Amino acid sequence: MFAGNLTLTVGEFRMASGDFAFDSDGVTALFGRSGSGKSTLLRAMAGLDRQTRGQLRFHDETWQDGRHALPAEQRDIGMVFQHAALLAHRTVRGNLDFAARRAPADRGAAIDRDQIIERTGLGPLLDRAVGKLSGGERQRIAIARALIGKPRVLMMDEPLAALDWRAKAELLDLFETVIRDFGIPTVIITHAPAEVERLADRVVFMSEGRVERVETLKEALGRVDSPLFTEEGPVASLDGHVEHVDGDPHRLRFVTTPQTGTGQPVTFQLGADGSTTEHGPRRLRVRADDVALARKRLDNISMQNQLPARIERIDTSAPGRRAVFLTLEDGQRLVSEVTDRAVADMGLDAGQAVIALVKSAALAR
Amino acid sequence: MTLFGIPLDTHPIWLTLQVAAVTTILLLLIGVPIAWGLSRMRSRWRVVFEALVSLPLVLPPTVLGFYLIIAMNPNGPLTEFLGRFGFDGQLTFNFAGLVIGSVLFSLPFMVQPMMSAFQGLSEEVLDAARLMRAGFLDRFFTVILPLSRQGLLVGSVLTFAHTVGEFGVVLMVGGNIEGQTRMVSIAIFDHVESFEYAQAHLLSAVMVIFSFATLVGVYLINRRFSARLG
Repeated sequence: MFAGNLTLTVGEFRMASGDFAFDSDGVTALFGRSGSGKSTLLRAMAGLDRQTRGQLRFHDETWQDGRHALPAEQRDIGMVFQHAALLAHRTVRGNLDFAARRAPADRGAAIDRDQIIERTGLGPLLDRAVGKLSGGERQRIAIARALIGKPRVLMMDEPLAALDWRAKAELLDLFETVIRDFGIPTVIITHAPAEVERLADRVVFMSEGRVERVETLKEALGRVDSPLFTEEGPVASLDGHVEHVDGDPHRLRFVTTPQTGTGQPVTFQLGADGSTTEHGPRRLRVRADDVALARKRLDNISMQNQLPARIERIDTSAPGRRAVFLTLEDGQRLVSEVTDRAVADMGLDAGQAVIALVKSAALAR
Repeated sequence: MTLFGIPLDTHPIWLTLQVAAVTTILLLLIGVPIAWGLSRMRSRWRVVFEALVSLPLVLPPTVLGFYLIIAMNPNGPLTEFLGRFGFDGQLTFNFAGLVIGSVLFSLPFMVQPMMSAFQGLSEEVLDAARLMRAGFLDRFFTVILPLSRQGLLVGSVLTFAHTVGEFGVVLMVGGNIEGQTRMVSIAIFDHVESFEYAQAHLLSAVMVIFSFATLVGVYLINRRFSARLG
C-alpha cells in the first residue's frame, strides 16, 4: 500500500500530487502525457530528491513526513531507468555484483541470482564491458541488477521508451514474466496504453502534476472516455494463457481465465505467431473495432471466434458510434464498437444475450 | 655527481620531487572534496568560491608568496593560531613552507579537472547506486571516484608537474637555502646568476624533457579515455 501526498518542484515544473492511495502488490502503472509529472512523482516516491515535501507511507512505514525523509538507500527499491544507468566502469558481472553485495542477506531466498541471470539471458554477456552493449541488453542488465538487490518494490521509469520495437517486444515479455514470477510489487511509468494493458493491474492517471484518479485496469478500460483509449478506439484486455492446438506449432489459441466461480473459460483462435513460445499467463488485447455483434451464431463466415456474451451497457463513444460493453462467459469484459444505426436496427439493449464476432485478436504487445 | 663531465648537485632534484609528491597527495585529500562540494553547489555564491580557488592561476606568485610570509612568519597569525594547539615549529624557509605554498599555488590544477569530471557524471547512475543501498561514502569510493578517474589522473599529473615548475612562491616562502629549500627552478636561477651556464643547461634540459613527457602523458590519458567512452 502506498499512501501519501507529495510535492516536488523541479525547475519550472511543480508536481503536487494531491492525496493518493493505492495497493502496491501487482503492477501499478503511472500513466499520463509527457510533462504530467509521472517521473517527478516516482522520484519523489523513491526519495531521490531532497526538495520533496509532504507525506508518503509504504504499508506501515513512513517514507516521507514533511521535510523528514527516509534516505533513498534505505527504502529497498529496485529501479530501472529509461537509459539503464549502468556503472560504466564495471563489467556486466560487476554491475550485478554491486547490487548483490549490498542486498540484505536475510531476505528473499525466492530470488536466486543464477535464476535471474538465466531468465534475463545475461549468461554469455557477464564478462563484457557495459559500454558497447545494445539498448535492449543494457535494460536486461538493469532489470537483473534491480532484482538481484532483493527489492521490496520495483520502480521503472519508461524502461522501454528508448528501445526499438523488437527490443521493446522482447523486454515487455521479460518484464511480464519476471514481475509475475518473482511477485515483486511494481510501479511502472509509461505513456503507451498498450504497455498498461499488457502489464498493469491498476492505473494511476496523472495530469498537470497531480494524481487525477486511481483505477483498476478493468475500471480504466470500462469507460469510453478512458485516457487509455487512443485514436484506435476502445480496447479490451483479457487474462488467460496461450496454448498450441493439438500440438501444432502453427496453430495457437488463447484460453481465458474465468473471473468468477461459475465462469467458463473462453477460447480465442489466434493467427499463427511464431514469436510466442511462452505458455504462461498472458493477456489478449482486443480492439472494439475488431468485434462485431450478431443475434445468433453464423455459419459460412471467416470469423472463427464467435463467443456468447451478454450486453453490460451501451455508451456513446464518438458521434454516431456506440461502445457496447459485453460480459463473456468467463466474467471478463469485451467491447464492441458499432454504429448508432446498428444498435437501433438490431434493437440492442443492456441485458441481452448476443454473439460477439471477433475478427482478429492479438496478444497484447 | 657528474653528468657529461658537468658537476650536478642532485639535492634540488630530489627535494623538488619530494615536494611535488607530498603536494599532490595533500591536494588529492583537500582538492577532491573541494571539487565535489563546488560541483554540487547550487547557491549563487558558487561563483565566488570558484573564483577564489582559481585565483592562483592569475595572481603573480610573488603576491601569494608575500601573503603567505605575512601569515606564516614566526609571529604571523597562522603560526600563532597553531601555537595555541602546542605547535612550536616554523612554517617558513623549510619543507613545510614549501609544501604549504605549493598546495595553495597548485590548488586549481587539482580542483578544475576534478570539478569537470564530477559535473560530467550521470545523475541517474548516482541515483541507481543510491537505490542499490550505497550510502554517500560507499558511492563516493565505488562509483564517483572510479568514474572520475580521468579527472584524478589529469589533476594529479598537472599538480605534480606544476609544483615541479614553480618558482616565485617557493622562493619567497621557502627561501633559497642550499641543501634545504633550494628546488630545481631556483637552482637554475642561481647557476645563471653565477654564470655556471653548463649546470644551468643541464638542469634546464632535464626540466624541458620532464615537462614535455608529462604533457604527452596527459594528452595520452585524455585520448584513451575519450576513445573508450566514445
